[in-house]
Amino acid sequence: MENAFTIAAYVVAGILFILSLGGLSGQESAKRAVWYGIVGMGIAVLATLVGPGSGLWFASLVLIAGGAAVGYQLATKVEMTQMPELVAIMHSLVGLAAVFVGFNADLMINYIGDIYAAEGLVMGAVGDDGVKAIGLPKEIYDGLSAFGQLIAKKSSVEIGILRVELVLGIWIGAVTFTGSVIAYAKLAGGSSKLPFEIDTGAKKLPGGHFLNAGAAALSVILLIMYLGGSGSWALVLLTLAGLFIGYHLIMGIGGADMPVVVSMLNSYSGWAAAAIGFSLGNDLLIVVGALVGSSGAILSYIMCKAMNRSFVSVILGGFGGPAGEQMAVEGEQVAIEADGVAQALNEADSVIIIPGYGMAVAQAQQGVAELTRKLRAAGKEVRFAIHPVAGRLPGHMNVLLAEAKVPYDIVMEMDEINDDFPDTDVAIVIGSNDIVNPAAQDDPNSPIAGMPVLECWKAKQVFVSKRGQGTGYSGIENPLFFKDNTRMFYGDAKASIDKLLPMID
Amino acid sequence: MKIGTPKETFAGERRVAMTPDSATALQKLGHDCVIETGAGTEAGFADADYAAAGVEVVKTAAALWKAADVVAKVRVPDDAEMKRLRDGQTLISFFSPVADEAKMEAAAKKGATVIAMEMIPRISRAQKMDALSSMANIAGYRAVIEAGNNFGRFFTGQITAAGKVPPAKVLVVGAGVAGLAAIGTSTSLGAITYAFDVRPEVAEQVESMGAEFVYLDFEEEQTDGAATGGYASVSSPEFREAQLAKFRELAPEVDIVITTALIPNREAPELWTEDMVAAMKPGSVVVDLAAEKGGNCKLTVMDEKIVTENGVTIIGYTDFPSRMATQASSLYATNIRHLMTDLTPEKDGAINHDMEDDVIRGATITHEKAVTFPPPPPKVAAIAAAPKKEAPKELTPEEKRAKETAEFKAQTRNQVTLLGIGGALVLGIGLIPGMPASFMQHFIVFVLSVFIGFQVIWNVAHSLHTPLMAVTNAISSIIILGALIQVGSSSLLITLLGALGIFMASVNIFGGFLVTRRMLAMFQKS
Repeated sequence: MENAFTIAAYVVAGILFILSLGGLSGQESAKRAVWYGIVGMGIAVLATLVGPGSGLWFASLVLIAGGAAVGYQLATKVEMTQMPELVAIMHSLVGLAAVFVGFNADLMINYIGDIYAAEGLVMGAVGDDGVKAIGLPKEIYDGLSAFGQLIAKKSSVEIGILRVELVLGIWIGAVTFTGSVIAYAKLAGGSSKLPFEIDTGAKKLPGGHFLNAGAAALSVILLIMYLGGSGSWALVLLTLAGLFIGYHLIMGIGGADMPVVVSMLNSYSGWAAAAIGFSLGNDLLIVVGALVGSSGAILSYIMCKAMNRSFVSVILGGFGGPAGEQMAVEGEQVAIEADGVAQALNEADSVIIIPGYGMAVAQAQQGVAELTRKLRAAGKEVRFAIHPVAGRLPGHMNVLLAEAKVPYDIVMEMDEINDDFPDTDVAIVIGSNDIVNPAAQDDPNSPIAGMPVLECWKAKQVFVSKRGQGTGYSGIENPLFFKDNTRMFYGDAKASIDKLLPMID
Repeated sequence: MKIGTPKETFAGERRVAMTPDSATALQKLGHDCVIETGAGTEAGFADADYAAAGVEVVKTAAALWKAADVVAKVRVPDDAEMKRLRDGQTLISFFSPVADEAKMEAAAKKGATVIAMEMIPRISRAQKMDALSSMANIAGYRAVIEAGNNFGRFFTGQITAAGKVPPAKVLVVGAGVAGLAAIGTSTSLGAITYAFDVRPEVAEQVESMGAEFVYLDFEEEQTDGAATGGYASVSSPEFREAQLAKFRELAPEVDIVITTALIPNREAPELWTEDMVAAMKPGSVVVDLAAEKGGNCKLTVMDEKIVTENGVTIIGYTDFPSRMATQASSLYATNIRHLMTDLTPEKDGAINHDMEDDVIRGATITHEKAVTFPPPPPKVAAIAAAPKKEAPKELTPEEKRAKETAEFKAQTRNQVTLLGIGGALVLGIGLIPGMPASFMQHFIVFVLSVFIGFQVIWNVAHSLHTPLMAVTNAISSIIILGALIQVGSSSLLITLLGALGIFMASVNIFGGFLVTRRMLAMFQKS
């Protein structure tokens, strides 16, 4: 960090990263913004390679190239429906890297401590002013690596803080690592590439949150022991505790809460990077870590708000119990065949499509896009209504529709389109359930009461494409399916849409 | 079961409730069919046709009523027929439970089951048996044809070598089934067609048929037709005035007026007044489809055609379906056949009179020696009534300002509280004794970055949340810098862990940025 050029480069990189996040405010500026991020990353890595990281620069480049090859494979092969899994598994890498870097810092402290001891000096001893460390003789100091030098000139207080920081980095990194792996397994379901299988429902070990609390308490005790000089074994145990919390916390959260989980892990990976930045005294790590951490936190907040649930209740897993007797649903679900849907669509002037996770599961987005093209070609107004928590990742549906070449300017957010349903002829619900549940508004005792929902039942006609009768993942009965203007279009979403397509003229 | 159809006894009635086609379909349900000789003659179906379809032809009405377990006919039975009705027999026909109350009670006393065709509920499932609709359709069509028959000009406008012919102007009042059929017929003949209905929600249907909907300049909350089972209800005097004023305005222009306005169980409303008739051009035609209920025009004489002093023809026929007996019979017979299909769910020729079924329950007016009219309201509303939405209350400017001020105050309070807490925290950390300045320098950077992060991320479009996650993923791999700095260490373990860190972070960097670019490239404007 002594190198002025490196610091200057970090400033440039930091600004580029901020611009790259800020540019995501619009689809067009985003295309430019991603380049800012790439250039910023390039500058940061180069500046580090020529500056403090020059030790093994060739080996580093080889490793980066290797990582690039793997990253390229991942990024180009992934199906858009698998984005949540990809994002989750990538978080786990950041977490694991944070754990490694944190351990290295600890090892380096021990190593420097040994050198001090060999010289007959005490690491961290301060000089006459009581603040500045005495440090090592110049010839030994110059022989150390850049990181070694950084630690060698710290006072004992600074080393204490450094230890707290690296513990935080390791611990958050460990939670992020196992948490992301579990989130990946839950999101991938049957197609998980992991050697073990994981139940996608909410599962907790006996003891529930007391186990988490216990592990957290243990972590604090181990931190104190570690600071007290008990040695690296405390750090290893602390890491294990972090790994356990990550595993157990995410195991207890059901598949549909994954948008919150993934954004939360996103946030954690940022905080881990920031904590490591503190321990390394690297401002760029701190800046980026803080940016990512706050970004993930905001996303989690938006997701929680969209489900009208507190962050804590999501993280603690499962829906809160109903506050009282839920309203009984009257009426019957009336099924309809493809020709009926086609006829209604042919007669309609305005159509709103509400996609959900079911569309992603059935890979129906291409068919939906084709349907949209046909309907638009016939001069009908077709729009999409996207609920913030539709899918398994914030913005998941937008990406799927974009992949299928649905123009983004007909894809609307909930707030933009909710008032237009009464003027809409046909609303089609494809594979979503709770986000169109009128009970959220009508039934104060419903577990999702107060959650903002898409008011599709106000459209003249509603078709619900659904695999079969029965409630969704949350087990909440949906009165929408029983409404007089609702028709159930049973069957796999992709097969249903494919059946429908030839009948649209 | 044996289903029988007698010859209609009502004077001038030419329809018949069973056709050879419907008989064939009934036999497929396991029933036997029997018909009185000559029953279908006037509708164009000869006894031989019936015999060829496997229907037993009997000589007299008495024999028929005796043989049949189910009697299907068109008109309500006359006194002679009522005498023939016996215990256990099922009668299917038009049968008004209000007008023919005495007959209904007599039938109940006898133990006969009566299914009244006009009582079939108006729900989607029952449309196939809705004889009122199928007959109204014919009446609407025939009304235009009758009008044309009495109208001295073309419907369509033409420019010929022999001169220019202006198109006829037709006004259809009441856009129910008959009205819509009349509109369709009139427009397809080429006339300029106007239509009016008290239910504004039918304007769309009217326009879809090619006619122009006549709107009134009238501000009043209209009863949604859906609330009354799709039928019109009585309107307020003010509304009626506005409506009549509009008609007076139209009267001198239009050549043909077809009125179809009926309100269930009430006398037909007077819509075409004498002064309107007087204002019409000579040679104009008024067809009053409501003649049976007193007529929408008071000059109408039921079952007759009259010509007024100023040369306007007013047609008050009530037997339009009967005038198209072949068409009417085949539609009516099909309605009956669908009803029998619902009554014979097993297709084994055994009737299962399911009083739990909305349609059958609704149409049955006597069953097992009891009068079962009126039926309970059907479980499914005819048409989904659109719930009335209260318009959001308009705020006065003062209220608005007060609200804004309150919101602003709340916002300020929130912000100041947050700032206070945040500031106290930061200051608190700085006050910890022995806190080294080097840490505080990094801490400032951290706090400012979090602050920038919050400012920037709120502006990210919702639709770009997935790319945002991928990008943050890529840049959180900035942790590679830590690994790069450490990897040059002299300790082997550190080098190894550092190398692993570099590898994993670079997977993330490249994977994250590439996938973001891939996603963003897909977002396209239309």
